[in-house]
Amino acid sequence: MGIAPEAQVETIAPHEARDAGTARTIEKDSLIGKRIAKLDAPDKASGKTRYIHDMNLPGQLHGKILHSTRVHALIKRIDTSKAKALPGVHAVITAEDVPYQRPLGVSKDHMPLKGDRVRSMRDEIAAVAADTPEIAEAALKLIEVEYEDLPPLYNVAEAMKPGAPVLHDQKPDNVAMTFDYSHGDVVQGEAESDVVFEDTFKLHYVTHCCMGVSGVIADFDSAGGLMLYSQTQVPFLHKREFAEILGIDPGRIRIVQPPIGGGFGSKLDIYPFEPIAIFLAKATRRPVKLIFSREQEFRISPTRQPVLLTLRSGAKKDGTLTFRTATTLHDNGAYTSWGATTPFVIMQTISSLYRVPHCKYHTTAVYTNNPYAGSFRGYGNLQATFAVEQHMDKIAEAIGMDPLAFRLKNAQDPGETTGQGMHFKSCGFKDCLRTVAERGDYLRKHAENIANQAKPERYKRGVGMASMLHVGGGAKIYPSDGCGTIVKIDDFAHVTVMTGASEIGQGSETVIAQLVCEELGVPMEAVTVVNNDTDVKPWDVGVHASRTTFIAGNSALGAARKARDKILAVAAKATGYDASALDLRQGTIVMAGTGEAIVPLAKLLRSLHFSEKADLVMTTHYYEPPSEHQDKGFKGDVSAAYAWASQVIEVVVDTDTGIVKMEKVWGAHDVGRVLNRLGIEGQIEGGVVMGQGYALTEELIVEDGVVKNPAFRDYKLVTAPEIPEMDVTFIESMDGEGPRGAKGVGEAPAICIAAATANAIYNATGVRIQTLPYTPENVYRALKGVNR
Amino acid sequence: MSTNIEIRFTVNGSPRTVAVPPEMSALNMLREVIGLTGTKYGCGEGECGACTILVDGMSVNSCLLFAVDCDGRKLTTVEGVVNEPAGARVRDAFVQAGAVQCGFCTPGFVVQAAHLIDTHGSKLDPETIKRGIEGNLCRCTGYKKIVEAITAAAQEAR
Repeated sequence: MGIAPEAQVETIAPHEARDAGTARTIEKDSLIGKRIAKLDAPDKASGKTRYIHDMNLPGQLHGKILHSTRVHALIKRIDTSKAKALPGVHAVITAEDVPYQRPLGVSKDHMPLKGDRVRSMRDEIAAVAADTPEIAEAALKLIEVEYEDLPPLYNVAEAMKPGAPVLHDQKPDNVAMTFDYSHGDVVQGEAESDVVFEDTFKLHYVTHCCMGVSGVIADFDSAGGLMLYSQTQVPFLHKREFAEILGIDPGRIRIVQPPIGGGFGSKLDIYPFEPIAIFLAKATRRPVKLIFSREQEFRISPTRQPVLLTLRSGAKKDGTLTFRTATTLHDNGAYTSWGATTPFVIMQTISSLYRVPHCKYHTTAVYTNNPYAGSFRGYGNLQATFAVEQHMDKIAEAIGMDPLAFRLKNAQDPGETTGQGMHFKSCGFKDCLRTVAERGDYLRKHAENIANQAKPERYKRGVGMASMLHVGGGAKIYPSDGCGTIVKIDDFAHVTVMTGASEIGQGSETVIAQLVCEELGVPMEAVTVVNNDTDVKPWDVGVHASRTTFIAGNSALGAARKARDKILAVAAKATGYDASALDLRQGTIVMAGTGEAIVPLAKLLRSLHFSEKADLVMTTHYYEPPSEHQDKGFKGDVSAAYAWASQVIEVVVDTDTGIVKMEKVWGAHDVGRVLNRLGIEGQIEGGVVMGQGYALTEELIVEDGVVKNPAFRDYKLVTAPEIPEMDVTFIESMDGEGPRGAKGVGEAPAICIAAATANAIYNATGVRIQTLPYTPENVYRALKGVNR
Repeated sequence: MSTNIEIRFTVNGSPRTVAVPPEMSALNMLREVIGLTGTKYGCGEGECGACTILVDGMSVNSCLLFAVDCDGRKLTTVEGVVNEPAGARVRDAFVQAGAVQCGFCTPGFVVQAAHLIDTHGSKLDPETIKRGIEGNLCRCTGYKKIVEAITAAAQEAR
């Protein structure tokens, strides 16, 4: 019956390797900055990874949702009797069947199932659970709905008119949310200005286009506990929110996160399909799987926040910025999701990207019958940067300063605290600016292109520059911005890292493993990361705000350092050396000075485990960043670190067709420090191309509340032949708080692209286009002065 | 509901006989009937390439192919591709080049890449690769590392 306990006991003799005449030395080696292949890549590239779409539970039913066919109407009657009678249908539910449902979302203005009124074409009014998706689909067609149309609100201007129809009774003026911020005195700032510009910029609807469509599987156990297989980016926040919506104890909700086919912010909020799948599971007492079609993904999932942004900026002749006033109008859609709160980020760029002594900011988010916006990589910063960086070029031109010198004069330095209270401990902004300008030969090309504008050539070349500031050390939006980690090491020196962080394809799993390996001196193969089950992993806010490497990385480092200390203490006791004289390398305890191997880590761990005072190496750490909550005026040092980037883009504009070709992008990114070079390059390249789509090709066309192009055929993503050449330089400012010096980078690379493209088109043609996207038609019309 | 139709074909080298409804796509048959879930649904309209498979050596969007039209044919899915040395080289190149992020589009790219290398051999240059993967969408990587991965795998194939 197994091995006798004494047979497992291994005693450690000091210098046993040397005594045996097999002494070897292990050099100190570092994984930091290396090109580390993602741990999840082999299975993903083999088709072996099981996404939620690939999972089927025994006894599972398939859910489908009936959406409104009207943009704004009263529901007079719903008849589900024919659908219920269809063989293979197990449940048909409407709002009446779930009287316990509670509203979801930021403003709690959104019932999962709408009972008496619909406010958008994406409104959910009934749902079916059936044996197959086909039967569920057929049942939806048998549901009869009688509507009474109400006057629709298709744009913000109509919705704000006195006497406009009211979409939510608790907001009689249709204003969903407002934001106000200021520092200094913009009147004084304007009085001190030699030049003042005011322009309005119009930013369009785009959507995430995750390659894996949205989906969920809900399953109750016999005691009433809920198991949710979810794509969420914020599992612990959602445990609490699901509990509120469903009226159940959050402790009874377990969320498991299978790998997801893309996040980009789209899974930061709960959307009605998730509680509806849960309602169906509850009604049928069977697991219910609910998966979108691609058309539904376009019609029903959230968008990036469309923004109408009016920016007023001034400067002195010597190039000193004097003030900025920004007023933004947000189409909130029918309900409030995270898009409404993008002003948190927009105002940071307005107030703090450059030194602005006087600043005033206002946002009004207004309900309409249009789609609602969620969170999307960059979170308002693409929109803000688009406006601010065009004004930087415009002011530089007006005062006769070169655009680089003007930016350098106003750029933030390390040690500064902005009017909004953001404190920049590490800041490589000026290095970013100088680096891209030099690598892209920006100033020479910029001057040359201006000289060429008047020439009759059809193809015009242009260069544009833009920079960005974004949180890079978390964002203290919730009561805690922390993350927990548990590290355990088994008898064979295999390390399991249970991290609160979620992997969404960005590579957090790999970078966390890498940081732990670095600390414990074990190879990457010796680590398993567990990151997808709320019953196992410690709490974390979730994947947002470019925070995971910084926050979860610091948390993992903390747990790994405790494990390391414990191992070295045990080793010291076993060998007689002082712990400080020892080190961990390649799964072996070595002499720190010479690298001489003393004892294999696995053997040391077994000697600890199978001893008189048996013990294991298991450690925990909770990391809370040293950042502040903003006050009611949005002031405060909200992140423990800030990321910076500058990009220069070279375009060729075909003035006969309006086609803009993005030829090359130079980027310089202050990332603190490169941890996994392969992973960070991938984040930058992917972000650049996502930004390219935002600037040039993508637009979700919404007319009269209806999405007109719900397919990849008509919603144009960038494809491989169109990508620009990319030249990326990392500025390593070595942030003092970051894990091994690193800062967050996930959102940064997408942020400047549209702004730099705008400046490049202006440099090529002398025409400034303040409305996105730069499709051939829009550019052609702007160049020829032809309006729609 | 419709009457099922019996079809015979080979998938990844194994002969199969299944009965499928006439309206079923090859994609759904592979995923739901045979249980090969490496082939992904991305759009169902032949626009994204996530469902790319090989049919008698031709690369095809399996969402646009009726299951019944697989009768008598030889299908190869990503699971079959990476089981051969050439396909394994493609997979390993994707892993090493950092060409995988969320991974949802990756099986389609791996199949298409194996097909391109098989078709073009040593003449496969980056511009040909870019045109060859134009029908595959990726939202994470920006394609650069995918092109690098296929270039590396093509060089190894020489």
